[in-house]
Amino acid sequence: MGKAESINIIVEYCKGCEICVELCPTKVLDMKDFKAHVADLDKCIACMQCELRCPDFAIEVYKKG
Amino acid sequence: MAREIRFLQGNEAVCEGALYAGCRFYAGYPITPSTEIAEGLSASLPKVGGRFIQMEDELAAMAATIGGSIAGKKSMTATSGPGMSLKMENLGYGYLTEIPCVIVNVMRGGPSTGLPTGPGQSDVMQAKWGTHGDHPAIVLTPSTVQEQLNETVRAFNLAEKYRMPVILLTDEIIGHMREAIEIPEPGELEVIDRKRPTCDPKDYKPYKPEADLVPPMADFGSGYRYHITGLNHAEDGFPSNNGKMAQADEIRQENKVMHHYDDIVKVEEFECADAEIIVFAYGSSARSAKEAVIKAREEGVKVGLFRPLTLWPFPEKHLEKYVGKTKKFIVPELNLGMIKLEVDRVVKGQAEVVGINKIDSDPITPVEIMDEIRRSK
Amino acid sequence: MAYDYSKYLRAGKIPHIWCPGCGYGIIMKSLIRAIDATGIDKDDIVLTSGIGCASRLPGYMDFNTLHTTHGRSLAFATGVKVANPKLKVIALGGDGDMTAIGGNHFIHACRRNIDITCFVFNNYIYGMTGGQYSPTTPKNSKATTAPYGNADNQFDIAQLAIGAGATFVARTTTYHAVPMEKLIKQALDHKGFSVVEIMAGCPTGYGRKNKQGSPANMILWQKENAVPANKAKEMSEEEMAGKFAIGVLHEVQKAEYVEAYDAQVGLK
Repeated sequence: MGKAESINIIVEYCKGCEICVELCPTKVLDMKDFKAHVADLDKCIACMQCELRCPDFAIEVYKKG
Repeated sequence: MAREIRFLQGNEAVCEGALYAGCRFYAGYPITPSTEIAEGLSASLPKVGGRFIQMEDELAAMAATIGGSIAGKKSMTATSGPGMSLKMENLGYGYLTEIPCVIVNVMRGGPSTGLPTGPGQSDVMQAKWGTHGDHPAIVLTPSTVQEQLNETVRAFNLAEKYRMPVILLTDEIIGHMREAIEIPEPGELEVIDRKRPTCDPKDYKPYKPEADLVPPMADFGSGYRYHITGLNHAEDGFPSNNGKMAQADEIRQENKVMHHYDDIVKVEEFECADAEIIVFAYGSSARSAKEAVIKAREEGVKVGLFRPLTLWPFPEKHLEKYVGKTKKFIVPELNLGMIKLEVDRVVKGQAEVVGINKIDSDPITPVEIMDEIRRSK
Repeated sequence: MAYDYSKYLRAGKIPHIWCPGCGYGIIMKSLIRAIDATGIDKDDIVLTSGIGCASRLPGYMDFNTLHTTHGRSLAFATGVKVANPKLKVIALGGDGDMTAIGGNHFIHACRRNIDITCFVFNNYIYGMTGGQYSPTTPKNSKATTAPYGNADNQFDIAQLAIGAGATFVARTTTYHAVPMEKLIKQALDHKGFSVVEIMAGCPTGYGRKNKQGSPANMILWQKENAVPANKAKEMSEEEMAGKFAIGVLHEVQKAEYVEAYDAQVGLK
């Protein structure tokens, strides 16, 4: 597992379904104003599950290296 | 060089016309009395590089016909009443999405399964109003085996020129009768192909009309990637809930036909100039009508035949010339008075309009029309 | 690196119309990655659909796209393919679209083995009209037209496809986003009629009425009840009750329809 350089949440696309928040294995994400939000980037293991399962094209995970 | 003379069945002549017009795809479903068209094209299309497919039902046949046209091939399907009812769903799709194709309806008795092996003319209103929603319609009504060929070519031409489905509305009598006809030489009849875009693909708007109100149409796979939907759509093809825009687009479609009335509407006016009585007849009933008019003229009756080869748009501009001059219109048709309503609408009470109506699976005879002409004196 | 979907999406069309938590966006992303992996030119791809939530997908995709009438996706697709077999034709629709109103076209496309890739998005419900029961709604489930519970038996779409003659049949879920991408690519690479049934949650139309919990819960339900195809083969009917097999369920090689037709009639 790697690390993420950054996680970009496209707020205009996010519909607040919380799939990413609930399925993140390391609890990187939470909700802020009904939208996905990066709470703790350091915990991210860059598994890409949030990006893959975001139905709304609203999450982009940029891996380190 | 003398033209080739062939003794053909009406349905076979439709096949000849389709091939002449450049039809290269046919999707059908068997139904009496139209089946010979499917049989004929299943044999002849591969010989000219085309393909035939027998679909699982009429809905699918209409859908596949439209699909074939979108892929760039001139496409056709043929059916009869019950099949036409099923085709209505995707025919409406063809109108809204403006896809050129030809639908042949060889009319039989109805409603429902009705009288499958006998003639009828009861689908004349369905041909105009059968699918839901407002849309223009072009419907051609041949009366002879020669016209089965020529009008099939014209049906393709109008479909391609105005980018829309066109119905060839014939009936069991003409479909199954045999007559000697002349096969036109290549190049003798005009063959029209749809306008295709020449612009840069990124600038292509599939529903942006040109001056003739017809938008150029790109084949799928030709580099112009675009969207087609049965939802009301903007000029770029994508769905829109803008009701004003939907209305404007549907009016534009209506106008693309009505503004070209003179190009689309074709009528035979036989002995009409001085006629006190006009027989308004189309399709197989017009054959008997012509015979009756000739006989009545021999008896000194001033009678003419008004025979639309284009039934829709209704040839009202042509018919209006006689309103106020003609005392009586006789409308023989194999239904209970459908097109008579249209004649009534144009005549506006300024002459007597009488129908001769049968739905018993027998043709209207010249004698029956003669009797009505004689009653007028 | 984040995957760049923009090459295949039409500019300005996202956000899409699907509800929060709808699985269809996940499918669209897997589909894009799979198509990208095949390397097929966008100009050569025709994507057809019927009516319903799933059938809105082609509008977002930068291909030749045909949004047709309810259930008729495959019938239109068949016309396109027979008229121009060089095109890569993909037809999709939901469970109601493909197996109720379009059921006849579905089985006959399978039977012909025409080279079309067919995706059936199975969310157990008619979503667009607000949650009426479909041919795949589980027995006893609630729907707006089954307020007392659904009395109907379910179609097994994959088995239906196999029985009707499809030559590649697979099933996957929105939980399995990466395996889904691989299965979709396999289906696209297959010559002949291929079907991929894709289980997807409809939190709005099905989930709420049937107490399925959050969208994430509905995805986890798929994980819990999906059984890999090879394992499913060894399980009894009782052990498989309420579960479903995923992966490639059927794959055979058979003459493709248009090629068989052309050979039969002596074309080319």
